[in-house]
Amino acid sequence: MISNDEASAGNACVAHPTRRGIIAGAATASIAMGMSCGASSQSPGSSDGAAAFSVPVSLTVNGTRHSLTLDPRTTLLDLLREHLDLTGTKKGCDQGQCGACTVLLDGRRVNSCLTFAVMYEGSQITTVEGLAKNGVLHPLQQAFIDHDAFQCGYCTPGQICSGVGLIAERRARTADEIRELMSGNICRCGAYPHIVAAIQQAMGRS
Amino acid sequence: MINFQYARASDVADAVRQLAGDPTAKFLAGGTNLIDLMKMDVERPTKVIDINRLPLAQVETTPGGGLRIGALVRNADLAYHPLVEQRYPVLASAVMAGASQQLRNMASTGGNLLQRTRCSYFYDTATPCNKRESGSGCSAINGQNRTHAILGASDACIATHPSDMCVALVMLEAKVQVAGAAGDRVIAFADFHRLPGNTPQRDTNLDAGEIITAVELPPRGFATNYTYLKIRDRLSYAFALVSVAVGLELDGDMIKEGRFALGGVAHKPWRDAEAEAALHAQPANAATFARAADLLLKDARGYEHNAFKIDLARRCIVRALTQAARRTPQSQSSKKIM
Repeated sequence: MISNDEASAGNACVAHPTRRGIIAGAATASIAMGMSCGASSQSPGSSDGAAAFSVPVSLTVNGTRHSLTLDPRTTLLDLLREHLDLTGTKKGCDQGQCGACTVLLDGRRVNSCLTFAVMYEGSQITTVEGLAKNGVLHPLQQAFIDHDAFQCGYCTPGQICSGVGLIAERRARTADEIRELMSGNICRCGAYPHIVAAIQQAMGRS
Repeated sequence: MINFQYARASDVADAVRQLAGDPTAKFLAGGTNLIDLMKMDVERPTKVIDINRLPLAQVETTPGGGLRIGALVRNADLAYHPLVEQRYPVLASAVMAGASQQLRNMASTGGNLLQRTRCSYFYDTATPCNKRESGSGCSAINGQNRTHAILGASDACIATHPSDMCVALVMLEAKVQVAGAAGDRVIAFADFHRLPGNTPQRDTNLDAGEIITAVELPPRGFATNYTYLKIRDRLSYAFALVSVAVGLELDGDMIKEGRFALGGVAHKPWRDAEAEAALHAQPANAATFARAADLLLKDARGYEHNAFKIDLARRCIVRALTQAARRTPQSQSSKKIM
């Protein structure tokens, strides 16, 4: 299950190293070295007065309410990945051009890289980690497996969240319409035909 | 991105008041353009005023039989609104031709009018750009200018306005409702965006301290004979090289009234009264359409890499007028151009 894998990632790096654990550990080490060379011990971001502009915000992610105080520059994407450790949502271009960061905001698909988290006081956000229910994959997640709708997998969380949003919109009927309404999600492996087939299956049109 | 103070506005008067108190402040609605530009250091507001809670997200009929679109109506909600689909299908089509569904779910009506050019030099703070930094020069005139303007440009700027929605709105003769410290006013859509001249840093005639509250559509929607034809480097999710919005009123094979506007060719959505007059009381055929296209393009000027857009625009105008006359509007999902 995607949600279980993500939840256990932190523990996994203790027992046996993971790529994510090693990268995170290396980043911490380099910061510590920088400090020992005479840099001030201010926390990152505080050097230009970030704390003075911090904004309190409460929002719900995958059913869990979070109350945080954030630098207003924090994008919704960075909130998810860096503050809540929900790394299923990917950072691709960080400019709204690739769709890897797609999440559902109050049920509608959006690019989480192009929006500030502090704008979403009281909102409900669903990421790819929140789609499976009680250990059962969302029908579109299952359809992606059934149709082999990914290769490297980097765009997949965004593709799936976008597809869930598309199905909820009830606007796409034909394959042409699915393709057009999924055009905000780029797949550099070129899995597009299988992605369209997976969405058609999840729409009940297998 | 530089640090900024984040504030929320509670109503239009509060938003105007907060903006008046800080000349470097910016309104934040959908954020899809502003936040991108802030990441690139092109926009550097010291205060960001979140207007998303203002009560401007309604689409309402007006007493005169038109439609009032609140400034915070999201692009997707506008394109899918039943009254827009039925009465102003050229607007729905133009909106659906732009961006992706994720961006249309976020982007606002007012923000669409205020989006900045996608000229790559405007985005690149390492290069001169008169629009970004007045007086620094234009890198595009002798640079990579394949996507740039062929009409109405100046020696200071050859950028284009990137919107699809605005091309339909200028054809429909929409009006922009604004509020400001000096009171409310209405700006005709054709007068809203500016040509670059010597002040390309100003995209619009919105005054400092003003906020767009709504876009009003007149009753006529040209729902029978219309099209929005957009030509770009790929079939979806790209800015227009050339786009054409058309509305015709026919009497048999004769044109009673014909309007057409172009996107991707100038610093503002482009209409030409003389070219449209050439359609009036003429047969709706290829010869008439070609004459109108030639009139609109008679002063067109190409640069090193974009001269192809003049021919492309001529063909797009003829094709779009033909689509509208035949009642075969361009589909935005099936990409075949009929």
